[in-house]
Amino acid sequence: MKITLNVWRQASPAEAGRMVKYELDNVSEHMSFLEMLDVLNEQLIGKGELPVSFDHDCREGICGSCGFVINGVPHGPRRGTTVCQLHMREFKSGDELFLEPWRAAAFPVIKDLVVNRSAFDRIIQAGGFVSIPTGSAPDGNAIPVPKKDSDRAMSAATCIGCGACVAACPNASASLFTSAKVSHLGLLPQGQPERYDRAVKMVNQAKEEGFGGCTNIGLCEAVCPKNISLENIARMNRDFTVGAWTYREAAAEGGAA
Amino acid sequence: MELNSRTPSGPIEKRWEQAKFDMKLVNPANKRKYHVIVVGTGLAGGAAAATLAELGYNVKCFCFQDSPRRAHSIAAQGGINAAKNYQNDGDSIYRLFYDTVKGGDFRARESNVYRLAEISVNIIDQAVAQGVPFAREYGGTLANRSFGGAQVSRTFYARGQTGQQLLLGAYQALERQISLGKVDMHTRTEMLDLIVIDGKARGIVSRNLITGQLDVHMADAVILGTGGYGNVFYLSTNAKGSNTTAIWRAHKRGALFANPCFTQIHPTCIPVSGDYQSKLTLMSESLRNDGRIWVPKKVGDKRSPQSIPEDERDYYLEREYPSFGNLVPRDVASRAAKRMCDAGRGVGPTGLGVYLDFAESIQRLGKSAVAERYGNLFEMYERITGENPYEVPMRIYPAIHYTMGGLWVDYQLQSTIPGLFVLGEANFSDHGANRLGASALMQGLADGYFVIPYTLGNYLASTKLDKVTSDHAAAKAAKAEVTDRIKKLLSIKGKRTVDSFHRELGKIIWDYCGMARNEKGLKEAIGKVRALKKEFWENVNVLGSEGELNQSLEKAGRVADFIELGELMCIDALDRKESCGGHFREEYQTPEGEAQRDDENYAYAAAWEYAGEGKEPILNKEPLTFEYVKPSQRSYK
Repeated sequence: MKITLNVWRQASPAEAGRMVKYELDNVSEHMSFLEMLDVLNEQLIGKGELPVSFDHDCREGICGSCGFVINGVPHGPRRGTTVCQLHMREFKSGDELFLEPWRAAAFPVIKDLVVNRSAFDRIIQAGGFVSIPTGSAPDGNAIPVPKKDSDRAMSAATCIGCGACVAACPNASASLFTSAKVSHLGLLPQGQPERYDRAVKMVNQAKEEGFGGCTNIGLCEAVCPKNISLENIARMNRDFTVGAWTYREAAAEGGAA
Repeated sequence: MELNSRTPSGPIEKRWEQAKFDMKLVNPANKRKYHVIVVGTGLAGGAAAATLAELGYNVKCFCFQDSPRRAHSIAAQGGINAAKNYQNDGDSIYRLFYDTVKGGDFRARESNVYRLAEISVNIIDQAVAQGVPFAREYGGTLANRSFGGAQVSRTFYARGQTGQQLLLGAYQALERQISLGKVDMHTRTEMLDLIVIDGKARGIVSRNLITGQLDVHMADAVILGTGGYGNVFYLSTNAKGSNTTAIWRAHKRGALFANPCFTQIHPTCIPVSGDYQSKLTLMSESLRNDGRIWVPKKVGDKRSPQSIPEDERDYYLEREYPSFGNLVPRDVASRAAKRMCDAGRGVGPTGLGVYLDFAESIQRLGKSAVAERYGNLFEMYERITGENPYEVPMRIYPAIHYTMGGLWVDYQLQSTIPGLFVLGEANFSDHGANRLGASALMQGLADGYFVIPYTLGNYLASTKLDKVTSDHAAAKAAKAEVTDRIKKLLSIKGKRTVDSFHRELGKIIWDYCGMARNEKGLKEAIGKVRALKKEFWENVNVLGSEGELNQSLEKAGRVADFIELGELMCIDALDRKESCGGHFREEYQTPEGEAQRDDENYAYAAAWEYAGEGKEPILNKEPLTFEYVKPSQRSYK
């Protein structure tokens, strides 16, 4: 196959970026998209040009490192698939492709297709956990969890934190990402004590990071490589509302002296 | 060097309890005065960093990825073992201990394995409390499935993403400690050297992968949870970034490296399709619960699988190992697949593949039940190969997956450098010569959540540590060495890319130190690896500069270390004149082609000491004794 690539090249956050065109012959349909970029990079190094930087690690669609926009669609044309799992058989010879990094104020570009997604970590820091220090857990079967709840929690928990939802959203909202964690923990009995506080804190942190609000467009769900459902955002909004109405400061006399 | 494993004596079921009681404690107010470095944020490192911070220690934590959540533990699919016996099927701590020692082909330390089995039950409790959404039965209790090398169902799982869910549990606990200010997290930062002062590990040199800045970090102890070295083979199921640099640098600073040749070939991976291939993808061992492995009976049978009638198929695992069938341990299954392919009965375009067939399960359970168990794996297979496993049997072939070898540690998980602790896959301790499925997650979390919090305290409370700063001569020297090495890599400006060296190394190690090894081949490999090392340092081409994000430079440093490790693997494999677990020396096999151990001469852990550039490494032996599980010819027939 013959593929024409237009790749966003940007040397550093301070410098301006631009599209650079590369032609690749002999692309095999069995290659993954990233393997095609490996081939491009080997050729570039051979010519003394700097290779294209892109984030990637597991190359099996689970670590969430990889991701960029292909012809306007985060992770490219195949639904439910990260770019590392996208194979060239999805394209045809002669195709021209445009590769860009995630575009969002909260995800500044570091170099080429690499962006800084540490804002996601800070959203988790705000409340995306169950406060249970090691050693203090009851027996695993002490609290039965209805299979339906557990399955739904699992579906939300499969989020890989890649950032495609933000890149797809015209508001650059992180609502799908945030709601996946709010739902995962809020659906389980273990997550109940902190449920409403968690929703409020995480939503507020997302806003603080510069992510936009949700206006129910649904592009996030359409591009999510793990098919995280929009219903999670509805659940987050309910928990946020309850949390905002019932929020109380911790009792002054609450802590041990 | 005298190796003291500090293994407790007494009845095995009391050893850990007694050891914990005998350990010195650091009182809560004093914990705040100690600084600890944790490198790696997978199950072992992430769990350790979170737990030590909960206890009150000041933790500095490092990962090369952009977030601690991306460590390669995330990719573990199948499950985690625990001796809960929720299924009432005869499981017990002792049985998990027994299975693991036997599965490791009697090359692991009994005391460590027993502790692992004992702790396994606490891990499940902890993970459930964190909100890990394990699979459940309709009554709300936890579900289990079976894995290789066991005749009970003791594997807990979260669909095909168990590693992801367990890692997110540890990651969330870690992020909570970061938000509380107890962990100072450094992402996109790589450890490039260990700082040893007065014989004790006191810090690391790190490189910020975005700015290229080199920093010295000092501490009272250093903990490595940096994973395995499977990427020495270039093609493996490891993530592209997984590397040996942290443990290799520590090795060169004095930590012994044990059993480097014990590498695990996983039987069920998607076969190689072309020379551009960058990695291999695992298909979880859990698939062997319901999938049946077969090849055509006829040599060179090129018919499509569906058109080969039942009586012309050879379900060779069921035939050769009737009591374990498709669930024999990984080393046994991998070698059997190789035997079939070597005999010309392999399938697929390259002839290097066997079928993993779900037709019978789909008929028995229905497509939806199979989809619920393995749906995401089937989808992954389809995305990669373009074939639908609901209709056509999967094609699989063995690939490098895990490394049982690693830095030598004693019972307290301390390496031969005091103050340097090594956890998870990075150490050598619990799996002997072969790891059973669903035991890696168990070990990583056991080490991180439940072992290091005790043993680190014991070290700190019983060791006098002088105050040291980053101005110390040893710290400056280590930083200068790292700087020189980077300069050197950038100045060679040769003709070959880093990847081309890595591929060549991988091919040498796979051909000569892979699924089958022999004396002649290993000697040849050592020569080839040495020549490759020489060429690398004369002819590698690394573009760009050190003061920026430079992925070629990162890879170059890692590949240089892999080359040195590759040589040590071959030396170790050559020394071990027996076959055991994943180490199969062709000269030492039973008439049926199974591994032939030599307990009289090789019941030891081979701990290699770095002797200096260009010098032969020195072999130190830790004898292994078996008081409880008597070594026998492993039989899964």
